Amino acid sequence: MSAIKLNKNNFEEIINGDKKVLIDFYADWCGPCKMVSPLVDEIADENPDIAVCKVNVDEEGELAAKFGVSSIPSLFVVEKGKIINSSVGAKPKAQILALIK
Amino acid sequence: MRMSHIHDMIIIGGGPAGYTAALYAARAGLDTVLIERLSAGGQMALTGDIDNYPGFHEGVDGFTLGMNMLSGAERFGAKTHYGQVLDVDLMGDIKTVKTEGEEFCSKTLVIAAGANPRKLGIKDEENLVGKGVHYCAHCDGRFYKDKTVLVVGGGNSAAADALYLSRLCKKVYLVHRRDRLRATKIYHEPLMAAENVEFLWDSALTEFITEDRVTGVKIKNLKTDDMHSIDCDGVFISIGRQPATEFLRGKIALDEYGYIIADETTKTDIDGVYAVGDIRTKALRQVVTAAADGAVAAHFAEEYLSR
Repeated sequence: MSAIKLNKNNFEEIINGDKKVLIDFYADWCGPCKMVSPLVDEIADENPDIAVCKVNVDEEGELAAKFGVSSIPSLFVVEKGKIINSSVGAKPKAQILALIK
Repeated sequence: MRMSHIHDMIIIGGGPAGYTAALYAARAGLDTVLIERLSAGGQMALTGDIDNYPGFHEGVDGFTLGMNMLSGAERFGAKTHYGQVLDVDLMGDIKTVKTEGEEFCSKTLVIAAGANPRKLGIKDEENLVGKGVHYCAHCDGRFYKDKTVLVVGGGNSAAADALYLSRLCKKVYLVHRRDRLRATKIYHEPLMAAENVEFLWDSALTEFITEDRVTGVKIKNLKTDDMHSIDCDGVFISIGRQPATEFLRGKIALDEYGYIIADETTKTDIDGVYAVGDIRTKALRQVVTAAADGAVAAHFAEEYLSR
C-alpha cells in the first residue's frame, strides 16, 4: 500500500481508525525530508497493517500546528487518536520502524 | 554474523567524498562497496542550493547532486549497503567493518563519515530538539515566520542563518562569544543593515527557559558575568561541526578536535586507510574539496593494492 496524503478532511477518520498510524510531516524544499520520504514509502509498502501517511506542511499548516511541528521531517506514531511516539529529524529505516513497533 | 568476501575497497559514508571515491575506484575496476547510514549526499543533501560546485551554472540542490553522485558510482559497479557502522578493525592487512548484524572485509578502507552539527552541550538541549532547538535554519526557519528567534554562533554559517532568518522573523538575536563576527566580510554589511537583528557580543547561552517547549533563554555576558533572560520562540545553534569519529577513537590518529589526521594525500597513520571529506584535517571543507579527496584516495588505494 502506498502512503496516504493526509489533509484536514481525511485526518479524523484515519487517526481514529483501527490501524496504527505513522505520519511523516515534510516539505518539498527540505533536504532531510527527501532522505526520509523513500524510507516511509518502503514502510508503507511492507506494512499493510499500518496506515502510513504524509503531510505536506506548506499545504496543511493547520495539521502541522495541531501536532506542534516546528522542525521537519517530524514523524509521529498515533494509535486510537493518541500520539504514542514521535521523532524529529532524518532517521534510518530501522529507527523509524522501532518507533512503530 | 555473516562473513562476506574480501572487497578491494570499503567506503564509510555516502556524501560527495565517499561517492567520488566509489566512482574512481569502481571505474578503475576495484570491487567497491559503500556503507551509508541513511541516504546519499550526507550534509550536502541538507543544503538547498549549492552555487559553488562547478558545472552547475544555475546552482543545484544538494539532494539531487547526492543522488546523481550515487548513480554515477553505481554505473561503474560500486555497490551501496545501507547500515550504521558500529565498529571497525584496522589492524592487519584485511580491515573489517561491522554494522548491525553484518561484517564486511576489505583490503583498503576509505573513511568518509563526515561531520554533524556541534551541540552546545547544555541541559535539556537534546530533549528540546524540534521543540524550539534547531540546527538547520534552512529546514526549520519557516516555522518561525514573524516570531522571535535567537542564533548562536559567529562564523559563516551562523551569519548566513541570521541573515536568512532576518527576512522571515520579527526579530533575530545573534549571540556570539566574541566581540565581532568570525564570518567573512560578505555577511557583515547586510547583517548590520538588517533592522531586526540585534547582536549580543561577548555572550553565551547558558540555559533554556521552557514550558514544554522553548520560551526563552538565559544569556551570560562573559566579560562581566552578568546574566539576563530573553524571550524567544526558537533557538538556532550554528557553532560549527563535530567530526563523526566516535567509532574510531583509539584506532586511528585524530587531532584535538576529533578530525582524522591526514594531509592532501588522504593517507592516515594506518597503511591502506584513507580519510576523505569533512572528517579529515583540512583548510577548506566544501563539496568540491570533498570530491577531490575521494579521487585522491582512490588513486593512492589503487597504488597500495598493486604493491
